[in-house]
Amino acid sequence: MSGRGAGGAAAVPARATVAGAVELVRAERIGKTFDVSAPWLTRTLGRQPRLLLRAVDDVTFGIRRGETLGLVGESGCGKSTVARLVVGLYQLTSGTITYDGKNIDALASGRAGRVLRRRLQMIFQDPYASLNPRWRVADIVAEPIRAHRLLRGRRAVHARVDALLAQVGLAAADGARYPHQFSGGQRQRISIARALASEPEFLVCDEPTSALDVSVQAQVLNLMRDLQRELGLTYLFISHNLAVVHHIADRVGVMYLGRIVEIAGKRQLFAAPRHPYTRMLLDAIPDLELTGKARTPVAGEVPSPLDPPPGCAFHPRCPLADDRCRREVPLLKSVPGTSGAGEGGEVACHAVEEGRDGRAAKGGGEGRGVASVRAG
Amino acid sequence: MSAAAERAAETRPALLDVRNLRIEFPTRRGTLVAIDGVSFSIAPGEVLGVVGESGAGKSLTGAAIIGLLEPPGRIASGEIRLDGRRIDDLPYDAMRKIRGRRIGAIFQDPLTSLNPLYSIGSQLTETIRTHLDMSEGAARARAIDLLREVGIPSPERRIDHFPHQFSGGMRQRVVIALAICANPQLIIADEPTTALDVSIQAQIISLLKRLCRDHGTAVMLVTHDMGVIAETADRVAVMYAGRIAEIGPVAEVIHAPKHPYTVGLMGSIPSIVDDRERLVQIDGAMPRLNAIPRGCAFNPRCARAFDRCRSERPELVDVGVVRAACWLYADAGANAHAQPRAGVAT
Repeated sequence: MSGRGAGGAAAVPARATVAGAVELVRAERIGKTFDVSAPWLTRTLGRQPRLLLRAVDDVTFGIRRGETLGLVGESGCGKSTVARLVVGLYQLTSGTITYDGKNIDALASGRAGRVLRRRLQMIFQDPYASLNPRWRVADIVAEPIRAHRLLRGRRAVHARVDALLAQVGLAAADGARYPHQFSGGQRQRISIARALASEPEFLVCDEPTSALDVSVQAQVLNLMRDLQRELGLTYLFISHNLAVVHHIADRVGVMYLGRIVEIAGKRQLFAAPRHPYTRMLLDAIPDLELTGKARTPVAGEVPSPLDPPPGCAFHPRCPLADDRCRREVPLLKSVPGTSGAGEGGEVACHAVEEGRDGRAAKGGGEGRGVASVRAG
Repeated sequence: MSAAAERAAETRPALLDVRNLRIEFPTRRGTLVAIDGVSFSIAPGEVLGVVGESGAGKSLTGAAIIGLLEPPGRIASGEIRLDGRRIDDLPYDAMRKIRGRRIGAIFQDPLTSLNPLYSIGSQLTETIRTHLDMSEGAARARAIDLLREVGIPSPERRIDHFPHQFSGGMRQRVVIALAICANPQLIIADEPTTALDVSIQAQIISLLKRLCRDHGTAVMLVTHDMGVIAETADRVAVMYAGRIAEIGPVAEVIHAPKHPYTVGLMGSIPSIVDDRERLVQIDGAMPRLNAIPRGCAFNPRCARAFDRCRSERPELVDVGVVRAACWLYADAGANAHAQPRAGVAT
């Protein structure tokens, strides 16, 4: 972990606090920049500058074996880009991602890449677009088995596909049908069966339930929980829905405009959110408990990632912003006053660091979030 | 039917009254019944939430009320009354005068509700002058006032911008301004916040609530998001396979749901306040329109179904302060207190 900035160094004790857990995935100051300039000729004739979009900027996190890390944020915050970087669908612009100690640059090619690719799989948001409509379900699920030459012989593959379909709650006979014959929830089950076919340890799930109705979402979330327990899977779970992340994740990272602004154990993050943006997001969730809690919708919107504000990207919407926030980018630092929670939280906020959020003295143990909601 | 009882429960006379609405889609393989015997009413100034999963028929009900059913869909029977006057059998031109003037509409995707080729100012003034007798200048002044009211900063400048120059949340504000520009008595809002991020969603919900309070506008809020209903609605109707499964005051339906479908639906929503290992799971999926089961449409997925559920279709009956269409409550009242939210507690 050498060569990290002052802010990053604080992450080390946080990881050390969890006894015996081995980190499976580590993203180290990763960044991804997209070139969204106009075509060369237009640019030259129109004297337009090159346009670069920093979708992910200096993001660091680790995921322990058997754990679920949730990433939440609003549209355009870079969470899906992180997912694609982790499985190697995009090339990193900066930083490194290691999987079980090995650099995933190797994913791209070679024998080592093939071995590594088998161990991590992805589930996509849209079950209508991620399954080949011309293939039978059995072929879709069997593809990873064939691609990685995991089993020999038609009969063995067939038996394995039937077992996978049964594992996700489908019938063996469903293998002979085509994707269009299934509902959204069933298609997502097929996606999961396909992801499991190569016997991975790590699943990256990009909004896997966002396209589904709540009752179907509950079926899929329950299934993912069961599979995690049975197979010892590790998840990176991306969602814009805080309640879903609260349900499924052990630790949660909150992203805003390409950066992680807060990352902490689930209980701590939801009970005692520290970053003003996290607090705003939690306040914005509609209240099912009908306590009549006054919601204070935060004014303003996410700025364009093409032209992010200087300093802390959240400062134009932040009630605590001062000159330093407008000038200097805050780095993730572990929070003092969050002792005894068992999981260190990290926050990227000058106000929290300086104790200007009026919360540090009280300690992070009790949170307004849960306390006020439960009061009803 | 105890329509009289329901009316008595609401002290105010109904603004919108839907009775036994049935919507059919004739197809080559026979007629599909998308909405079957739906009845409800909305009082002036009241917010009625209509919740259900995809295909339950909630948007279709809204479209029928504003006369925008897409052919071949048609109202086969039943009636829709606005202020006591039937509006479901009006000719096209007469309905056009009501739509926009007395019933406003907000749809899910603000980009498709706005014309990309006209500035929002010209769309607003056109709508205002279609419905209200106003000069060009007065209509423009009203348009600026409306934009200010829905929270668009510097409306004098923004009025000449085009839809693509607005963000999603701001566009939805423009759509709301369009919907309220002729002071309608009723707004049909079909998934108004679904396409928006949570923080923007909160802004739009509080805007809708404030406008309804200030203007006394009634709202039919169609959504699949129970959280939005909980925050906004006075009463809620839960729809399943083209029928209302349960309807009643929002607190009652959320905290003490009666119909087994509502119980399951509430339990399946993840929450940030409780720590549950598993969510309540309703197995299976909503039936397709061409395969709606006999009896209660929910019976194949219902853990408490018995013989009668499989043969006879239940109608809405009073169960305490709510009404539910479920045979468990056939002896309404007597049984009402014996149904705790068993499924939800787990």
